[in-house]
Amino acid sequence: MKPEVLLGDEAVALAAIHSGLSAAYSYPGTPASEILEYLLRLPAEKRGCTAAWSVNEKTAYEEALGASFAGRRAMVSMKHVGLNVAADPFMNSALTGAEGGLLVVAADDPGMHSSQNEQDSRYYADFARIFCFEPSGHQEAYDMTREAFDFSEKFDIPIMLRLTTRISHSRSVVVPREPRTQNPLRLGRWQDWTLLPSNARRRFQQLLKRQRELLAASEASAFNALTLNPSDRGLGVIATGIAWNYVQENLRGLASTPSLLKIGTYPAPESLIRRLVDHVDRVLVAEEGYPLVERMLRGLYGVPGKTVLGRMSGELPASGELTPDHIRSALSMNPLAHYEAGERPLAERPPQLCAGCPHTDTLKALNEALRDRPGSNVFSDIGCYTLGALPPLNAIQTCVCMGASISMAHGGSDAGIRPSVAVIGDSTFGHSGITSLLSAARADTDMTAFILDNGTVAMTGGQTSHATGPGLLKIIEGVGVPPEHIRVIEPLPKHHERNVRIIREELDHKGLSVIVAVRECVTYSSKRRG
Amino acid sequence: MEGRSADKQDIILAGVGGQGILSIAYVIDRAALDEGLHLRQAEVHGMAQRGGAVQSHLRLSSGTIFSDLIPRGGADMILSVEPLEALRYLDSLAPTGVVVSSSTPYRNIADYPDLGNVLERLRRVPRHVIADSEKLAKEAGSSRAQNIVMLGAASPFLILKEDSLLRHIENLFKPRGANLVDINIKALRLGRAAAGV
Ligand code: SF4
Repeated sequence: MKPEVLLGDEAVALAAIHSGLSAAYSYPGTPASEILEYLLRLPAEKRGCTAAWSVNEKTAYEEALGASFAGRRAMVSMKHVGLNVAADPFMNSALTGAEGGLLVVAADDPGMHSSQNEQDSRYYADFARIFCFEPSGHQEAYDMTREAFDFSEKFDIPIMLRLTTRISHSRSVVVPREPRTQNPLRLGRWQDWTLLPSNARRRFQQLLKRQRELLAASEASAFNALTLNPSDRGLGVIATGIAWNYVQENLRGLASTPSLLKIGTYPAPESLIRRLVDHVDRVLVAEEGYPLVERMLRGLYGVPGKTVLGRMSGELPASGELTPDHIRSALSMNPLAHYEAGERPLAERPPQLCAGCPHTDTLKALNEALRDRPGSNVFSDIGCYTLGALPPLNAIQTCVCMGASISMAHGGSDAGIRPSVAVIGDSTFGHSGITSLLSAARADTDMTAFILDNGTVAMTGGQTSHATGPGLLKIIEGVGVPPEHIRVIEPLPKHHERNVRIIREELDHKGLSVIVAVRECVTYSSKRRG
Repeated sequence: MEGRSADKQDIILAGVGGQGILSIAYVIDRAALDEGLHLRQAEVHGMAQRGGAVQSHLRLSSGTIFSDLIPRGGADMILSVEPLEALRYLDSLAPTGVVVSSSTPYRNIADYPDLGNVLERLRRVPRHVIADSEKLAKEAGSSRAQNIVMLGAASPFLILKEDSLLRHIENLFKPRGANLVDINIKALRLGRAAAGV
């Protein structure tokens, strides 16, 4: 088929369709959003399957699991921290297995370009004891996705595809292959899918027995490649995923090519690792993410007579994204000559709220209402409004994970913070705030929760929000917030005085209040949702 | 020296979120594909797109490209729609590389440095093109066409034909109206003339 220029995310989406995908679910999150966006952009007849934004990653996972139970091929995609939210169904799906191929795409963000941490999803695959693919490039992302669906059905487990930012968000040419048709409807066996202890124990034993097959499949995989240099027993390099590219980039500058092992599948191919380590004195392990393979190599006692280099030894940085320059220095090569630009540092240009953003007006009004209340604290959440932590607003004091604002304000209030304030967006509220608000409503906690309803998932590019408009107000009332303490404001400069007054009234209320600030995001208003 | 040849070009695109550097990348990518080159292009999405510093590494080659990221000292060109952002990545430039930058500042930070000094430091690079993208874009018909003005200013140095660029500018803007196509083609031409090559 015709070559296409695609983002890594798009290569995965296209491959999923070509694998006979019947359903795809996701919640927006950088760097994974473009997978589902690609599917949604395709004309319906080309897509030929369900593709939908879910309320959160857990619901997305379970929706995909339901489709897999029905014998259809399903994909669920999310950013790395989204898998924390979906961890419950994820871990258990390793036991239910997959009737139709089930692909879990976890897009990690090493270096935290747009995330709260840089956790490495390969550990989740290991934790659940499932098979994981990690591409080093776009064609591999396509090919691995195709193989992952087959593996899922062959081994009766969900399969993970682990991406990292530089694959997800880099563009390159992909040559697609002939598509496969979708699976017919075929329900899973209740004995496998009903995880009563007796069934779960049996299924776990099956999963454990299967580990040998998974290891064998990994060792035989064409995505792993061992090249021993018979005339050089000094250095060997193990590189996983995208780190492989950075090693390749630097090879032509070396006098002698080290022995090389490229890893693209997990469980890590043990026999290939042994053969490399046996052949050399020193092993450099280059991994984008945490030192998973390096740690496995070191074990508790290390490898006698061998030196292991990597993120743990300090040859590579302990955290953050790798670059070709890091690998260069770990290979003891001199840095490339570069133009000397002189004086540093330059003024930083951090991201900021767009001009005219409704959040600015809400946070300004909140700042003013709190000015004469020194004991206050504003717990916030994940979204554009997190940028309100930075000058000039300096309006929020926490951002931890999706939905944490309301629950943390609840706990903070219990601990004596007055006023205890939560600030959360409509989509984040739908994702993980509703249960927190239900809990606060049952306790009638003395706190004030702001829900910033801009009608979209703005930070990730304006995707569909599930808890916006009149429906949002019904949810708030439905969880038990007293109607007289649900206040709606329109965050605009012209309403500033009035908004400050309303906020003060609710801060004074000794119990739970919710203030809904309603105004469309100016950047993604009706543009996308048409 | 590690094989820098005429059929390879590593470019760092820079600007501020919202200035349209990904449109520049789109045009170069498609033109490169037409001309049978390999390409890799690393973009920045997500939070940085909210008015922050954004950059994209764009690598073109007739041979295999391994890394998505350009090593420090490996960039043959810095192409920036904003002068402070050009300065930010100068360290990545090969000693023989060219910097192509707009002289129009985007002042959305309180501590924006002295513009004269920024431009002076860019002019110190032996090979440089500094173009008044705002003025030229307005002349072309829209101040939003500054990205394509800068693509034009870079075009004499690219290993791509001007025709390929023009074709994909047309493809990119056609869905948004014939008027925008004309404006951006004019923007490319004005930028190219400003390079004075
Ligand atoms: S994208 Fe929307 S919500 Fe985000 S900062 Fe811009 S206007 Fe505000």
